Amino acid sequence: MPQAVPAIAAPDPAASEARRARADWITHGILVLGVVLFALPVWLVLVGSTHDAATIGRGEVPLLPGGHAAETYAAVWTQGDTRRAQVAVSTMMFNSAVMALLITIGKIAISIVSAYAVAFFSFPGRMLCFWAIFVTLMLPVEVRIFPTFQVVSDLGLVNTYTGLIVPLIASATATLLFRQFFLTIPDELVEAAKMDGAGPMRFFKDVVLPLSATNMAALFVILFVYGWNQYLWPLLITTSADVETIVIGIVKMIGAEADTEWNRVMATTVLALLPPVAVVILMQRWFVKGLVETEK
Amino acid sequence: MATLTVERVSKSFGKVPVLHGIDLSVADGEMIVIVGASGCGKSTLLRIVAGLERATEGRIVISGADVTRLEPAERDIAMVFQNYALYPHMSVFENMSYGLRIRGVPKPEIARRVAQAAEMLGLSGLLERRPRELSGGQRQRVAMGRAIVREPKLFLFDEPLSNLDAKLRVAMRAEIKRLQRRLGVTSLFVTHDQVEAMTLGDRLVVMNQGRAAQVATPMEIFARPADTYVAGFIGSPAMNFLPATLTEGGLGARIADGPVVRFADGPRPGMAGRSLTLGVRPEHFALGGPLPLSPDLVEPLGSETVVHGRLPSGQEITLRLPGAPPGHGTIGIGIRPEHLHVFDGKTGLRLEAEPAIQPPPRVAA
Amino acid sequence: MRRKVIFPGTALPYLLLAPQLAITAVFFFWPAGEAVWYSFLRQDAFGISTQFVGLENFQDLFADPLYLQVVRNTLVFSVSVTAIAMSVALLLAVLADRHIRGRETYRTLLIWPYAVAPAVAAVLYIFLFHPNIGLFGRALNGMGVAWDYRLNGDQAMLVVVLAAAWKQVSYNFLFFLAGLQSIPRSVLEAAAIDGARPVRRFWTVVFPLLSPTTFFLLVINLTYAFFDTFGIIDALTKGGPANATQTLIYRAYIDGRVNLDLGSSSAQSVVLMVAVMVLTLFQFRFIERKVHY
Repeated sequence: MPQAVPAIAAPDPAASEARRARADWITHGILVLGVVLFALPVWLVLVGSTHDAATIGRGEVPLLPGGHAAETYAAVWTQGDTRRAQVAVSTMMFNSAVMALLITIGKIAISIVSAYAVAFFSFPGRMLCFWAIFVTLMLPVEVRIFPTFQVVSDLGLVNTYTGLIVPLIASATATLLFRQFFLTIPDELVEAAKMDGAGPMRFFKDVVLPLSATNMAALFVILFVYGWNQYLWPLLITTSADVETIVIGIVKMIGAEADTEWNRVMATTVLALLPPVAVVILMQRWFVKGLVETEK
Repeated sequence: MATLTVERVSKSFGKVPVLHGIDLSVADGEMIVIVGASGCGKSTLLRIVAGLERATEGRIVISGADVTRLEPAERDIAMVFQNYALYPHMSVFENMSYGLRIRGVPKPEIARRVAQAAEMLGLSGLLERRPRELSGGQRQRVAMGRAIVREPKLFLFDEPLSNLDAKLRVAMRAEIKRLQRRLGVTSLFVTHDQVEAMTLGDRLVVMNQGRAAQVATPMEIFARPADTYVAGFIGSPAMNFLPATLTEGGLGARIADGPVVRFADGPRPGMAGRSLTLGVRPEHFALGGPLPLSPDLVEPLGSETVVHGRLPSGQEITLRLPGAPPGHGTIGIGIRPEHLHVFDGKTGLRLEAEPAIQPPPRVAA
Repeated sequence: MRRKVIFPGTALPYLLLAPQLAITAVFFFWPAGEAVWYSFLRQDAFGISTQFVGLENFQDLFADPLYLQVVRNTLVFSVSVTAIAMSVALLLAVLADRHIRGRETYRTLLIWPYAVAPAVAAVLYIFLFHPNIGLFGRALNGMGVAWDYRLNGDQAMLVVVLAAAWKQVSYNFLFFLAGLQSIPRSVLEAAAIDGARPVRRFWTVVFPLLSPTTFFLLVINLTYAFFDTFGIIDALTKGGPANATQTLIYRAYIDGRVNLDLGSSSAQSVVLMVAVMVLTLFQFRFIERKVHY
């Protein structure tokens, strides 16, 4: 029989060492490039927000910080821009925070109880309820813009927090995640609780809620980002400055471009970025776990 | 303290019957072990007693009170689960006291009972720990402690030792036995392990396919198994079964393709030629008999030797001999008639000698 | 799949489900039903009379060259965004999965764009590509390239694609990284012992094992590009110039909110619902083991 030994190059420790070192350098190089490309626009905006309007308007693109940070940030915080209705960024931030937090808490609360009902009880129409919630995955607000607006408008909820928040609170994703998690709670734990005399609500409060803490933290990050970043829905529902969110506010500030106060737009952008980015980075551990589990 | 009566309990899951009319009566303070292969219905029976499962028919009576329709929490029982089922987010103290807190037991009383149980189980230093910070044996003790502090009428154990390693299992087995004696609580213990069953139970219930094949003391079951299932299940290595037929007058049995063995304790009923199954435990063979055994595997265990081999008929035989292995080649073996078990060849039920001194206490299906 | 051990009772679960079901009924099913109903109706120019027109709205829609252009835009946009966002993410994930120093730091520095709102991402890209105030925009013009995405449709498409992809890379990166980390070490070691060099190892072992993740992300990215990029387009180009960056969602918004064309907007909503359903069902064919009931 002919020899069929694969031709493997004679091992040369030095060469293989060198190859590995080179690969490591390339790896670092590309990753650093990626990080820089990601960060570049934010750096530009951050730096730009520390210069005065004229500098930006002239088209100089500063790469290093200037000396006008304090005045610009103070101005947008209390005043917004000077062209339009002058909605202060603080107001918009407050609206965004209220919207994001209420959406987050609302979604988690509503979803965890629905998932508990679907997972821990048997009742007529259980499957129907589950599918009714499940199907909403296929009906994001974007595809039913007009009729949903009509419903909210018929209910007199335009320009209200209720109209802004409540329609977004139903969550198939969160319900599925909690249900998935509830299915992993061992039967014996439920039986032990029954033996101990715990009823369904007591079990929910004493066992299910504490055990769901990690999932809730993960969902908090995902849903907070979702809530803070809403654009289309607030655009439809809010026409008054009182409930304008910051994401909408920035785009409105840019307006027709002709007389845009770019430095203020930049400062506002930085402020709009901060809360969701901070939440993601500070709660990274739960976020990563939750994201990967939610979508699976 | 309490008695437990299980009356004609049947259970079907959908159309699949898993229990066929179980009757059992447990005396105050008695430890009953329910043993059987997986799928025999032993856990279902325990869960019906616990109230975690509803019987399709029959009644459960604890201390004279019919509890068949009561919720688990209303039955005044406690259960130790196979996976311990400890609340992972609660400390040992909280785990043990949860049931008492739900029942509104005053705090000082809870503290007293938990301290007492922890003392008994050697958990006193671990009360603030979470379950994940405990070893398997410690978790097992917490699960026991949770049951003990409740001071229930009845303890239920659902294979509580099967998740422990072999050494710990033996130690915990002894500990459970001592604890049960000391507390004197009526107990039901489910296991698939025959050694556990033999060592723990005051009486055993050997279950087979949803029926109680035999209810008796461990020694009774070993000495007079009610049928071939029980005979094969209890004892290790398992009993050998040889097909045979009844000889004239019922005085002996002719082993298929082999010699006749005379019954030592008296004749069995039936016509000559009645089909029989002879049961011989591996230790009940004698060397130097008429059956030529060709060994194909010899396992020297030190104090004894286990020999696996075949008779000329192809019948497999396992043999346990004291001392060192015999030499090579075919060995002649014989059956010691005083240890012979005789079963009906068709039903597998035990056949006692005709003038039986007393009827065997057995529950046949 | 369902739990074996449950609690008795029926009133309590209905009570627990009530809020979710109420919101779902009022804000999901009712409007979705209305969209379907309105898609068969047509209002006169003054909104006075309404008549049933069957499938005419759909026929008009697909006979409208503008709508067909929008469909084309959407496909170009979605496929480009998906391709760029996934390939960049895969490259970064493979590199970040290598045993190098600072892996955790790289991860942190690569995931934060997930938190950036699409509309805000668009604003960031203005400062990169604006012909007067953007870093690259000015540089391109300085080099003699006539760069103005506000006037040139192709350039506009390029910018919205880049902005949309930029934001989506971190999401894909996290999933690819998780996918890579779930590949058993022993499989890779076996391949290494078989003599496969890293690149070959990647294409013959790692990439095939990643295919569930890749497929999942494919669907998610298409869905994202279809539906979640409204803010990017609205903030950067408003669908222009000359409708070059109008996507299906943007068109539905314009017709429904700006042109107040009830029938057409509803018909578009129905088309979009069908698109979402196809994508979702496609996706669930692959995760049905997890959702099976």
